[in-house]
Amino acid sequence: MINKIGRDIPDEYLKNGVEPFQGIYYRDGYQYKKAAPTVRAYVKPDGNKLVDSIHDAVVKSGLKDGMTISFHHHLRDGDYVVNMVMKEIHKLGIKDLTVCATSLGKAHNYLVTCIEDGTVTGISTSGIRDEIGEVVSEGKLKHPAVIRSHGGRARAIEDGTVKIDVAFIGASTSDAYGNASGKGGKSDTGVLAYADGDAKYADKVVVITDTLVDGPNFPASIEGVDVDYVVKVDSIGDPEKIATGALRLTKDTRELNMAKEVAKCIYYSGYFKDGFSFQTGAGGPSLATTTFLKQYMEKDHIKCGWAMGGVTEPIVDLFKAGYVNEILDDQSFDLAAVASAHTQNHFEISASQYANPFNKGAFVNQLSFVILGALEIDTGFNVNVVQGSNGILRGAPGGHPDTAAGASVSIIVAPLIRSRMPTVRDKVTSVTTPGESIDIVVTDYGVAVNPRRKDLLAAFKDTNIPLKTIEELRDLAYQYAGKAKASRIYRPGRCLSRIP
Amino acid sequence: MAVTNRIRRSMIFLNTQRAALVKDAFVYHPDCVIFDLEDAVAEGEKDSARIQLYQTLKHVDYQGVERWVRVNALDSDLVNEDIRAAVAGGTEGIRLPKTETAAEVKEASAKITAAEKEFDRPVGSTMLMAALESPLGVMNAYEIATADDRMMGIALSAGDYTRTMHAKRTVAGTELFGARSQMLIAARAAGVMAFDTVYTDTDNEEGFKKELQLIKDMGFDGKSCINPKQIGITHEIFNPSAAEIKHAEHVLQAVNDSKENGVGVLTVDGKMVDVAWVEGAQRNLKLAKAAGIYKGALV
Repeated sequence: MINKIGRDIPDEYLKNGVEPFQGIYYRDGYQYKKAAPTVRAYVKPDGNKLVDSIHDAVVKSGLKDGMTISFHHHLRDGDYVVNMVMKEIHKLGIKDLTVCATSLGKAHNYLVTCIEDGTVTGISTSGIRDEIGEVVSEGKLKHPAVIRSHGGRARAIEDGTVKIDVAFIGASTSDAYGNASGKGGKSDTGVLAYADGDAKYADKVVVITDTLVDGPNFPASIEGVDVDYVVKVDSIGDPEKIATGALRLTKDTRELNMAKEVAKCIYYSGYFKDGFSFQTGAGGPSLATTTFLKQYMEKDHIKCGWAMGGVTEPIVDLFKAGYVNEILDDQSFDLAAVASAHTQNHFEISASQYANPFNKGAFVNQLSFVILGALEIDTGFNVNVVQGSNGILRGAPGGHPDTAAGASVSIIVAPLIRSRMPTVRDKVTSVTTPGESIDIVVTDYGVAVNPRRKDLLAAFKDTNIPLKTIEELRDLAYQYAGKAKASRIYRPGRCLSRIP
Repeated sequence: MAVTNRIRRSMIFLNTQRAALVKDAFVYHPDCVIFDLEDAVAEGEKDSARIQLYQTLKHVDYQGVERWVRVNALDSDLVNEDIRAAVAGGTEGIRLPKTETAAEVKEASAKITAAEKEFDRPVGSTMLMAALESPLGVMNAYEIATADDRMMGIALSAGDYTRTMHAKRTVAGTELFGARSQMLIAARAAGVMAFDTVYTDTDNEEGFKKELQLIKDMGFDGKSCINPKQIGITHEIFNPSAAEIKHAEHVLQAVNDSKENGVGVLTVDGKMVDVAWVEGAQRNLKLAKAAGIYKGALV
């Protein structure tokens, strides 16, 4: 069936309630009953949740062939938890599992072995990179992988589309009763935002920590009332790879020039007012935008009410300097963000609070601005951030579609050409974020505004923003780089694209 | 006659060997680019750089940015092919390195004329700029600047100059003071433009700004750049300030009014002004207009 953005979605994918994409607000007002986990009551006061090993936790959880297990990615490239758990499952010979992760990358490459021998036959994730991306792209996974945004994953868990049988949650600290947190310990992740839904909706919940603390371990991101077992291990991750040092602010003039244009678009948009809110990605030009935004804030005596998202040092710097009143954190990207997460007015929010389109109003809906990257953008303003132009899965939608749909002004910033590949083109390889939710595209060759946003076009009319149409940008890209030869589920359950 | 009234605040050197660099350096919005075939290009890559130069000139739309080519020295066996490729590609101008005499300019001009005829380009359409890199070149600055109608400007190149002067590069630029002054006087006397040498400490933004302010105050028209990040700073310093634009407007308005009223000397913004101020005010407004920061109708 052809969906609203002209992509052919094979009927075999349109089952179990999956419909083709029909517009970003198609399901506004939709009513549903939330899913609920099956809970084992702990009535006797002498219950002990501590188990000796991950092996014992897996056995006690009752994990069987065909079940779904979940993980979060707050431990990022330093994560030991996924591989430790998968090795134990592998030894037990359990097969045909579906892994529901918040993101998968090079720290989780043991999954490749598990995919190849049928231990894992299904994947649903909000990011897929490295060798895992390659084997899935090669078609080695038995069932189609489902890639959802962070908000879409939270939605799928809460409305029952995804049923997690056992959630394995790595935690920086936990008490023996399972009150767990991303703060403290030897593997500090700052927040544990993405595991919130897993703990509340999975039938069995296992907390894995390397730092057992006296209870109650409050404030707890994961509440002991939701936890079945607690495992103490030597280490849940490599601290140097969990939170890297500062993401270096770019010195590249091209990226800085793009960042200047982004800040200029924000300034002239009509939405740059005292108390505004914003989110930026961690890419070079996105990060650098904060520097130029600060200059406009100084000039017009404007303060940001709250900044959200993957939090990085430049955001923390603005926060410390008093330009940002509050930080809403669903992921701490670097050491500065982790340290800041321990301070006042830096708040942890769950993935559902952040971006779930099926709750009663996620924070993304209140964003004034979001600044996002792109691998490809097409003349319909559709964006791809997941699939390389060579067809290999190598990225993460993360909160991309969620924030784009929610923010008053969504801005994509990307170079017009990467190596020899045109970024702006007739058709993206696959659609991560529909053009309906993209307002501005900033490149090193000029800025295109979605014609739908007549207000922005009017606001930019007498400025020195180098406006071009998206077709002009495409033509320039093709002029210099030539024309390249050339599935996804949207956040409220609509199928956007099929891969390959 | 070469076009000498164009805005040329920044001229950035690009290593023509590097395809990724030359494919779209106009995105940095310099006033001019200089595709370098000389020092930046490795000996073994001279031919490939020349081919790349031709393709770039021929096929990349530089969107109004003026394109120059620095060819290899006249006494090298590379210069003839360099000039042929540059002219065939349609470069706006050729920068001649290590120029010491008027005869060299004439020799280069003759080679360019031959290439223009060979490739059906209008004879005389390719400009010339001479780099002065030695004491002799600086001494002969006026003769060099007036040697040929193609001459658009002269540029100082400090590396070789300070070496041959037995001088040491200083932060204050004391060792270049004589050369800068002499070539500037020569350029103004000859009616061509004057460009200052590169600033190599690319991470020292404050030092770069100081040097720009110095050469702007001396009267230079522009600066050679080696890093894209120097372009914006160069324009920022060379552009007339808001106060300078306002003052220039006041001067021109007051002088226009005084003509009608028959008054010769008048006071503008608290300072005495006469017709001698007009040229400076017009120059500032023209520069501001060319830089896109003045939209008025006085020039």
